[in-house]
Amino acid sequence: MYDIKALYEAGSVAEAVRLRVEHPEAQIIAGGSDVLVQIREGRRAGVELISIYGIDALRGVTLDEAENLRIGSLTSFSHITRDPLIQRHCPVLGEAVDQVGGPQIRNIGTIGGNTCNGVTSADSASTLFAWDAVIELTGPEGVRRLPIADFYLRAGKVDVRPGEIQTAILIPRESYENCYGHYIKYAMRSAMDIATLGCSVNVRLSPDGTIARARIAYGVAGPVPLRAATAEAVARGQIPSRALADRFARAVLEDIHPRDSWRAAKDFREHIAVETARRAFCESVRRAGGELA
Amino acid sequence: MSKSVGQSKLRVDAFDKVTGRAQYTDDLCDARALVAKVVHSTIAHGMVTAVETEAALAVPGVVKVLTCFDVPNYPFPTAGHPWSTDPAHQDIADRLLLNRHVRYYGDDVAVVIAQDEVAAVRAARLVKVTYEEYPFVLDVQEAMKPGAPVIHGELRENNILAHTQLHRGDYEAARQEPGLIKVEGWYDTPTVQHCHIENHICYASMQGGRITVVTSTQIPHIIRRVCGQALGIPWGQLRIVKPYIGGGFGNKQDALYEPLCAWLTTQVGGRTVKLDCTREETFVSNRVRHAIRTHIISYVRPDGSFAARRIECFSNQGAYASHGHSIAAKGMGAFPQIYPCDNVEGDAYTVYTNRPTAGAMRGYGIPQAMWAGECHIDDVARALGRDPVEYRRQVVMPQGYTDAFSKNVNYYDTFRQVMDKGVEAIGWAEKRAAYAHQTGPVRRGIGMALFWYNTAVWPISLETSSCRMVLNQDGSVQVQTGETEIGQGCDTAYSQMAADAIGVPFEQVHIVSTQDTDITPFGTGAYASRQTYIGGFSIQQTGRLLRERILDYAQELTRQTRANLDLVDGRIVRTSDGQVLMSLGELATEALYSLTHSVHLTAESTYQIKNNAYSFGCSFAEVEVDIPMCKVRLLDLVNVHDCGSLINPALAEAQVHGGMSMAIGYGLSEELKFDPKTGRPLNNNLLDYKLSTTMDHPHLRAYFVENPEPTSPYGTKALGEPPACSPAPAIRNAILQATGVALDEAPMTPHLLFRAFRSAGLFDEEGGAGHV
Amino acid sequence: MSIQYKEIHCTINGSPVDRMVDVRASLTDLLRNDFRLTSVKKGCEVGECGACNVIIDGECFNSCIYLAIWADGKNIRTLESLLGPNGELSDIQQAFIDEAAVQCGFCTPGFIMSAVEILESGREYTDDELRKLLSGHLCRCTGYENIIRAVKKTMYRRLGKPLPETT
Repeated sequence: MYDIKALYEAGSVAEAVRLRVEHPEAQIIAGGSDVLVQIREGRRAGVELISIYGIDALRGVTLDEAENLRIGSLTSFSHITRDPLIQRHCPVLGEAVDQVGGPQIRNIGTIGGNTCNGVTSADSASTLFAWDAVIELTGPEGVRRLPIADFYLRAGKVDVRPGEIQTAILIPRESYENCYGHYIKYAMRSAMDIATLGCSVNVRLSPDGTIARARIAYGVAGPVPLRAATAEAVARGQIPSRALADRFARAVLEDIHPRDSWRAAKDFREHIAVETARRAFCESVRRAGGELA
Repeated sequence: MSKSVGQSKLRVDAFDKVTGRAQYTDDLCDARALVAKVVHSTIAHGMVTAVETEAALAVPGVVKVLTCFDVPNYPFPTAGHPWSTDPAHQDIADRLLLNRHVRYYGDDVAVVIAQDEVAAVRAARLVKVTYEEYPFVLDVQEAMKPGAPVIHGELRENNILAHTQLHRGDYEAARQEPGLIKVEGWYDTPTVQHCHIENHICYASMQGGRITVVTSTQIPHIIRRVCGQALGIPWGQLRIVKPYIGGGFGNKQDALYEPLCAWLTTQVGGRTVKLDCTREETFVSNRVRHAIRTHIISYVRPDGSFAARRIECFSNQGAYASHGHSIAAKGMGAFPQIYPCDNVEGDAYTVYTNRPTAGAMRGYGIPQAMWAGECHIDDVARALGRDPVEYRRQVVMPQGYTDAFSKNVNYYDTFRQVMDKGVEAIGWAEKRAAYAHQTGPVRRGIGMALFWYNTAVWPISLETSSCRMVLNQDGSVQVQTGETEIGQGCDTAYSQMAADAIGVPFEQVHIVSTQDTDITPFGTGAYASRQTYIGGFSIQQTGRLLRERILDYAQELTRQTRANLDLVDGRIVRTSDGQVLMSLGELATEALYSLTHSVHLTAESTYQIKNNAYSFGCSFAEVEVDIPMCKVRLLDLVNVHDCGSLINPALAEAQVHGGMSMAIGYGLSEELKFDPKTGRPLNNNLLDYKLSTTMDHPHLRAYFVENPEPTSPYGTKALGEPPACSPAPAIRNAILQATGVALDEAPMTPHLLFRAFRSAGLFDEEGGAGHV
Repeated sequence: MSIQYKEIHCTINGSPVDRMVDVRASLTDLLRNDFRLTSVKKGCEVGECGACNVIIDGECFNSCIYLAIWADGKNIRTLESLLGPNGELSDIQQAFIDEAAVQCGFCTPGFIMSAVEILESGREYTDDELRKLLSGHLCRCTGYENIIRAVKKTMYRRLGKPLPETT
């Protein structure tokens, strides 16, 4: 039994927006795998909730008219992993969210909830950063879209404004086309764990085999997920090689700033960040059909 | 005559457990029960100066708030040991139901009773406790230093709960022998928790002026005694009921919240009060395993024999005595036995700290002792340039060894037999050679470790078991003992033993799984891997008693000579020609309803055991170490046990799997952590405390060497705890082979590997893109 | 404080039911307290242990972190649904018994329900896949070994294939 003061259920996006306006103090609950845990912990005890779990319109993956991948915010992790469009255009996202918790958590957890939590360890977040995802929010004034990097304001705080709910996450066609990636979750056990560090890399190769674009993002390398721009610049235009992978990996230290916590020390996280970058880079190049000289 | 013992009978409780019909404590509790929530201290050490309850009492649904200022002043012990009538041997009584002097972060200060859980939880958060804060100490050796905050000033001048010593020969003289090689190490084990999936839960109510407590416990009769002591009431005023429990592993071999819950019902007019621990509370405010730091010095001759050895054990007791020094003492007791040496010296200290209270946990000091001892033996073998198996064969306890204290005898050459089996199963020689000279970032290794384990608690403590058997009209028999089914399968093993002892088919034995101290014969419960060994004595004795009574009655009915009668598979048989004279059901029905001689055929007896038995075995582990990623993958794990004759091979194997699993966590991932600044537990939940999952395990392999235990009625001895004792050091020794890095601290997490590999220069050696 | 209720209609173990549900209730609370479906166990109440696992519309969920009101319109199955009309055990329950996959029994109902979802997919999984599909459950007694074997054997039996040595 949860200490919930009141609960309002939305059956549609419009209803959710109306409830958000009527109950500005209320907390949105999607799948609940984080919110309910927080209520039980006491952090959100006595809370008012707006449940959007019942809005089926926010479930599923589609291609929009511009062939951007559109992931409804309530799509569960397991449904993302199994989705044919994800498998075709951005399989790494399916692989990343397939490493969240365990099977039951992946059935209840939603990608919208995962991002709206604003936590740096979210398994979807580093991949969404690395693929320049766009967040779609719907509010009283209509639809607003912003790059995911702008959506994360600070640890635990995302840019969801009064009256708004997140309705979709988009991966632009330009972002996924001819792009191949790899995600490495570093955790203390092989299931039911949060990431000590998450590293997501993707590359696009030019016809001449050089790297047209390499992108790398991390979870738990800072208070919010982040991109390592220095490393990306190191790789751009270069011929893929093990030496390049090494330089690319070491360059991430310019951009990441993990902290010391009881969960893991800063120097350990930095070490793992370099090693995962190296491996994820090499695997991405392989997946792109490239060879490492 | 068909025999049940030795067959892989299906579990007698399995049907109910796979259908959801097996009832556990919460399944039995009235939904209208009042809910109790404990208010825990938010400091690690201090004195409660005031508890403000007004805000809590104002929460709708709150019935009562009781505090550490309200409880009766009867200090009580909690350890699930048999009581000793000799005050010198009694467990230490060092706590009250709620404590003003709080001694760890999470100590019990107050309790809210409410009509529902939400109100209780909300009110518990509103109870405001004011403290006078004291300095605290978490580390065992820090706690021993002069000037350390004294945690139980009412009992001890310092924090040393107990200090025992070991002397054999002359260590100081022996270590002067010329040409000795000195090998020395410090070995650390963590605070871990049992993590049975059912949290501790109990509920209490009053009927007829007496208190009934239904509880998830391993030790109902001991709980009755402790509740009586804590409440200061005659023990017969209490009735303890133990239904199915969702695992215990030693945590529930302690009086946890039963005494408090028993008192709470008396404070609300005997209404039912339920106290259901959260997982977070179970981690901190129940019991944990003692973290033990061990220092070993071995003086070894070039031929590998030991000239002198010394051990020091520092056992972190936490805030209250619970099982106290028994754990460290048992651990140190293994040291001179497993690798005998003429000159041994040892000191074991059990020390109060401001950590959660350490109690019994599967292995009872032996996982810690084997971690230290078996890491150390590999270090010795390495210093000598010897193969770890071959070296152990030289120095391990020989056949015929007799322990002076316990009088235990190593009747067989068990250690060498189990090693032989393990060596073959894992392919020791080939793999050891193949992995001898590796380079590169990913390397493999194999390692092994032995274990020593004593069954039961004699001669340190009482060993007794009682059994009752009642014959039904159809020839089936109810069997009751005070020893408890906690998941380990003793109900099934007992049914097998009883069937053979009486002479009935397995299916005709109805074991009564629930213990109810009003009904169940006295027994001290499930611990010390004693169930089949100790229970076996009273079951065999009682079964034979019943059998004699049945045959006496058969003589009356059949008018055959007594010497010619036997009870075989539930039938009265004339042995001279094998003729079946009647079924046991016919006999039992006649016995009950006879107009000439009606008798209810039953038997009940107590057996006091003054024996004990060694249980031995080993683990072999194969690992793959990804050095740059600081990760260990366990590729293979083999356990070989000699626990005597197997009562039920399938269940025995399953028990071993579970112990191996617990030990994998012990070696690689599990550790309860504390904030050094506040003493607050950091990871007391199942997300942050890393139990291993299905994906963290290799295929687990369990093998047995079945040397019948001569002192045991069914040839059996300790099985439940031993599997948890040796895998962790085996994994450590495998990592040692793979990397050359000797890790002396469990768990061997990536954090630890990172520091150790960096210190060893392994990253510089690897590095570079060439190794991806 | 007045308690807020919501009426829900759902199917539980094959029977359509209507209930007024306290909005604060988890599905675990609803199933245990209102329907006495006590196979649904509480082990952590935060979705980490899997003891409360049930099947909702064909997928497994930890009912402890699933609001009871969300059950509206859903088809919910618990372990109690598996027995045949005359009390016959399902093949997976029998396999748990035969393979000694049960010890204390507290994690058993949750594991079996995940096994049901796995088996109903009709697919053949490798050992590694099975381990991953069962990874949302913690067990402290069995080391998972016999549980995995029980699921694997039942999978092959249903597929009509012999049990391979290793996959």
